[in-house]
Amino acid sequence: MGLVRLQFQREWRLLARARSEALNPLVFLIMTVTLFALALDGQAQALSRYAAGIFWVLVLLSSLLSLDGMFRRDFEDGSLEQILLLAEVPFLPIIGKMLAQWAATGLPVVLMSPLLGTVLQLPPEALGPLAGALLVGTPTVSMLGAVGAALVVGVRRGGALLGLLVLPLYIPVLIFGTAAVNGLAAGTGGVAQIYWLAAMSVLAVTLAPFAVHAALKISLENG
Amino acid sequence: MTVFVSIQGLSVSRGRNRLFEGLDLTLSAGDCVEVRGANGTGKSTLLRCIAGLYQDFQGELTAEPCAYLGHNDGLSALLTVEENLRWYAGLSGGSASSKDIAAALATLEASHLVRRQARALSAGQHRRVALARLPLLGHKLWLLDEPYTALDDAGTALVDGLIRDHCASGGAVMAATHADMSVSTAQCWVDR
Repeated sequence: MGLVRLQFQREWRLLARARSEALNPLVFLIMTVTLFALALDGQAQALSRYAAGIFWVLVLLSSLLSLDGMFRRDFEDGSLEQILLLAEVPFLPIIGKMLAQWAATGLPVVLMSPLLGTVLQLPPEALGPLAGALLVGTPTVSMLGAVGAALVVGVRRGGALLGLLVLPLYIPVLIFGTAAVNGLAAGTGGVAQIYWLAAMSVLAVTLAPFAVHAALKISLENG
Repeated sequence: MTVFVSIQGLSVSRGRNRLFEGLDLTLSAGDCVEVRGANGTGKSTLLRCIAGLYQDFQGELTAEPCAYLGHNDGLSALLTVEENLRWYAGLSGGSASSKDIAAALATLEASHLVRRQARALSAGQHRRVALARLPLLGHKLWLLDEPYTALDDAGTALVDGLIRDHCASGGAVMAATHADMSVSTAQCWVDR
C-alpha cells in the first residue's frame, strides 16, 4: 500500500501546483451546463425531463479533458518509464495515480452535482439520486478513461483519438446512470441500476490498472 | 564474480530497420562498459533492451534489475529536487532521509538546488540532479544514456568519480556516450 500512497501524494501535489489544469474539466462542465440552461430558457419542463441525460453526457465529455493529460506529462519528462522500471509491482503506483485522478476530477463533479442539477431544472427529489449515481458511476469513467489515455499517450495529438476510443466504452455508464436518476426521482425504481454502476466500478478499479500497465508498456516501447 | 548482464547473439531491429546483429556482452561487478557507435546505430536501444523497456529483439539476454537514466531526466518539473528524489527512493522500495538526499546531491555539487523546482533548473543542473538519484536507488547495475550531456567539465569529472566509486564498491555501469570516458574498463561497439 505504501506505493499507492506514495504515488497518490505525488499526483495530488502536482495537481495542486497545476491548479488551472486540474480545474479545467469542472469549469468546462459548469460552462456547458449553463449554456444548456440558457439555450432552453423558458422550456423548463422539457429541460427537466432530459436533464439527467444531458448532465451525464456533459460529465463524460468533461472527463476527456483531464484524461488526455493524465500520463502525458510523466511520459514526456521520463518519469513514467521509471515507474515501470523501479517499482517492484508497477500495478500499485499506477492505481495510486488513477485514484488521484478520480479524486481530483470525479469527486468534485459529485459534490457540485446538486447545484448543477438545479441549474438544469432537475426536480429536488432527483438531486440525491444524481449525486449517488455519479458517486458510484464516475470511478468507472476514470478507470476506463485511463486505459484509453495510456494507449494514446505516445501518439502526437492523441486527444481526439482518445474521445473516439473511450466514449463508446462509456455507453453502459450513461444508460444505467440516466435510468437510475430518472427512475429514483419518479419512484419507479432505479436501485438496480445503482447496483450495476457500483458493480462496474468495482470491476473497473480491479482490472483497469492491469490494462493500463500493459498499455503503458506498449506506448513506451514505441515511444 | 557476480554477473549483472549476459548477452549472447543479440539482434535488435526497430520496425523494419535492423540496428545491430550478433552482439555478445558480459557485465560483471566492477565493470564499466562504454557503449559506442555512430548516431542511430542502436546504443540507446541496447540500453533499453537491457532495462526491459524494449522487447523487440532476438538472442539471449539476462539482466539484473537496474537504475536507468535515459535521454529524459525523469524529473517532474513541478516538484522540487528533494520531492523528486524522495519519490525515487520510495518507488524503488526504500526511503531517503533528508540527509541521504543531501549526501547524494553533494556528490554532484548540487546541494544548493535541493528546494528548487525542477523547472527552474538549467539543463546541466537538471542532469546533475538526475544523476544524483542513482546512489539512492540501491541498484548495483546502472545504465546511463549519454550521462555527460549538458554537463560542464567539473560536472563530467564528478560523474566520473561517481561511476568509479560505484564500480569500486561492487557495482557495474554501462554508459552510451560519445565523450572520452576515462573511467571505462571496456568498450562495446554496436556498429562493428
